[in-house]
Amino acid sequence: MKLWEITKLIRSKNAGAFELTFDVIFKDRAGYEKVRDAKLINADWFGKTYRMKPEAVTIINYDAANAIKITIPRPVISGDIMDTDVFGGQQYGPLVELDVPS
Amino acid sequence: MKSINVLSATGMLGSGFKEETLKRAMALKPDFIGADSGSTDPGPHHLGSEETQFSDAAYKRDLRLMILAAREAKIPVIVGSACTAGTDAQLDRLAGIAREIAREDKLSFKLAAIHSEQDKGYLKQKLREGKIKPLANAPHLDEAVIDRSAHIVGMCGIEPYIEALNNGAEVIIAGRSSDTSIFSAMPVMRGINPATVWHAAKILECGAACVVMRKYPDCMFATVSDDHFIIEPPNLDYRCDPASVASHNLYENSTPYELVEPSGICNMFGAKYEAVSDRAVRVSGSTFKKAERYTIKLEGAELAGYQSIIIGSVRDPIILRQFDSWLEGLIKAAKDRINAVMGAEIESKYRLDVRVFGKNAAMGPLEPETRIGHELGLLFQITADSQKLATSLARSVGHIAVHYPVPEWTGLITGIAFCYSPAEIDRGPCYRFNMNHVVEPASPLEMFKIEYENVR
Repeated sequence: MKLWEITKLIRSKNAGAFELTFDVIFKDRAGYEKVRDAKLINADWFGKTYRMKPEAVTIINYDAANAIKITIPRPVISGDIMDTDVFGGQQYGPLVELDVPS
Repeated sequence: MKSINVLSATGMLGSGFKEETLKRAMALKPDFIGADSGSTDPGPHHLGSEETQFSDAAYKRDLRLMILAAREAKIPVIVGSACTAGTDAQLDRLAGIAREIAREDKLSFKLAAIHSEQDKGYLKQKLREGKIKPLANAPHLDEAVIDRSAHIVGMCGIEPYIEALNNGAEVIIAGRSSDTSIFSAMPVMRGINPATVWHAAKILECGAACVVMRKYPDCMFATVSDDHFIIEPPNLDYRCDPASVASHNLYENSTPYELVEPSGICNMFGAKYEAVSDRAVRVSGSTFKKAERYTIKLEGAELAGYQSIIIGSVRDPIILRQFDSWLEGLIKAAKDRINAVMGAEIESKYRLDVRVFGKNAAMGPLEPETRIGHELGLLFQITADSQKLATSLARSVGHIAVHYPVPEWTGLITGIAFCYSPAEIDRGPCYRFNMNHVVEPASPLEMFKIEYENVR
């Protein structure tokens, strides 16, 4: 099973011009707890996928919304010469197809 | 129990709301109407150039309906982050639109304009005193950075708004402001518990963004009291549920549990979200801790250069199967040609970058996917010290690129499809955000001059 199949929204967005934040909002409590408790989204995996040190990755479990939030420093400041995504809105692709063991 | 009714007209002034929703919300007797008019989302261009994200007509349509409704109900209108970045020129622009509305609709009101643009001498003094501190992932800041900034704004807190309200302002327009301060100033002034106020403001500042399914921008309404607030969309087609309101804390915030403001931190860790109907949600349980030092966040933008771009696409399977080496050779040939035309000293005056759509245009070097499809899009980007130089270099690059060979084909090829004539497009000046810092002012009002005017 892929992560998108048990979520209602996976998105990325600037958190200011210097940080990038990812929200994984699950369809239900069970899916959220499964991914949260198995630590499928962890700093090592995220750091490897987004090519940064795991220490730079902040992961927050947000029970109130059945959501996991990941925040990283922006590799390029929003809108700078070689930025590829001014709003930071299209950086979540690798999360969508993350394998979730059924 | 004391409480206050807050109407947020829309998540961003100029993006719109339904006139009938505003009308319905006015029947709920709001104590003021607020709207945020800015963001750093669209990048550094609006702070650097002072252009605006929306047209004057779009701002006027929203502001006119807000002012008309507020004047009739004798309540204030509060707008922050005027015309995207909240520079002095953008503040003047929105204040000018407010004057125009007054003239055309025969209204009179006391207008307060809160200036957020910062004096470079003041900031350099603060830097020397060690009163400017970096936030997360901040670039290096020194006096030279301050000097070369096109514009620097400070994000005001609630205090300048409260000052203006105490002085009888009926329409308040601020330059750059924290989004939440627009909605927190009057409730805090009325003595409502700041913990509930700031949390409500975070939900309100995006207008209808906290509903279950937002189909178009619209108003949002909250009743805020000391120990809870109730949020309910005034548009009957919309509904909030506990998950939609709780989820909104995630939006463009690095943590859903904390809201950092000039005067303190609102902690939402213990917040409870309960349905009070199928459309309204009751929120309680946040706390507010006053900051030890009052700080104002700075935003600055500097010129990064002038750009010309060329857009094209490649379809030939022979080129695509050796795309990376073909492109590498092409870039080298283009740079060699530029050196031959302009001399080697040109190398420090420009940069040539290529974005490849269909390969890694969205994620750049972070892209883990290596497959490509049957065609690729190319965007050549030349950044130089002047527009004249960027344009002339783009012309050379375009010619080299379009005929760059592959070994399999004998004879002159045309390997890139250009969609425009001329192929090159001038982008003009480009800017860069150059600070992510906070400054400690001597008082919350020190950095924000307020001008008053009786508009009629």
